[in-house]
Amino acid sequence: MFASLLPTCRSLWLALPLAVGLAAPAFAETITVTIEKLTFQPAEVKAKVGDTIQWVNKDVLAHSATARDKSFDVIQPPKKTVSQTLTRAGSFDYYCKYHPNMKGRLTVAP
Amino acid sequence: MLLRWNAAAIAAACMMGCATLAQAAGSAPTDPQIAHIAYTAGALDVAVARQALKKTRSKAVKAFANDMVRDHEAVNKQALALVKKLKVTPEDNDTSRALTKQIKDEQAKLAKLKGKAFDKAYIDHEVAFHKTVNGALTSTLIPSAQNAELKSFLETGLKIFQGHEQHAEHVAADLK
Ligand SMILES: [Cu+2]
Repeated sequence: MFASLLPTCRSLWLALPLAVGLAAPAFAETITVTIEKLTFQPAEVKAKVGDTIQWVNKDVLAHSATARDKSFDVIQPPKKTVSQTLTRAGSFDYYCKYHPNMKGRLTVAP
Repeated sequence: MLLRWNAAAIAAACMMGCATLAQAAGSAPTDPQIAHIAYTAGALDVAVARQALKKTRSKAVKAFANDMVRDHEAVNKQALALVKKLKVTPEDNDTSRALTKQIKDEQAKLAKLKGKAFDKAYIDHEVAFHKTVNGALTSTLIPSAQNAELKSFLETGLKIFQGHEQHAEHVAADLK
């Protein structure tokens, strides 16, 4: 009984300072944008620097999220999920370079 | 429905500058025929893209042709899986035959061209071809499709073709 409790206690003590140390980045969010039938859903996303966009491509086609101002160009292979950490604040209109009729907007607060 | 099919075929024929498609008009296409037309359009675009990959030296044209091969092969693979699931056997028809002949003629024309003249002719063809297929999808193929899954597949196909048309227009603008 004691033997099994001990490691639990110890890991708790270890976990505590770690949790405190990670407190700041813990505010960073992961936002999912699903790509299905050639649409970005949601097409408008508001985020902040440090957040991660998780692009979930459900199509059998490769797509991209290419910023009009060229500040990012993320390729989403068919049936794959790709993560992008936002490092720059700004308002970005983006499109798919393979299917330019696919459009979205990403607003990143500092 | 009959009128619609006629109008679409004639519109398509005018766009392609070819009278053969008009003769294909008769009645609304059946699901097996629609499946065949959609598949044929994709396969033909892949064939022309492969010809372009052999001939072009332009990076942008090569990238575009590669995109066409990749997308249309992926879509056609999905089309085959769908017809198998729906137990539909694609059926050859006058529209598919007219499209095929049109593309064979185009390929013969392209074969005689080189360099920038080839690039321009290929991309112009891609804009026109995707426009034609989009016209046929919108006015005839999608409204005529009876099976809901086939209809939804064609609707996604239309978005892909519209995307390719815009992509081709961008490449055409860059070539100038
Ligand atoms: Cu795309």
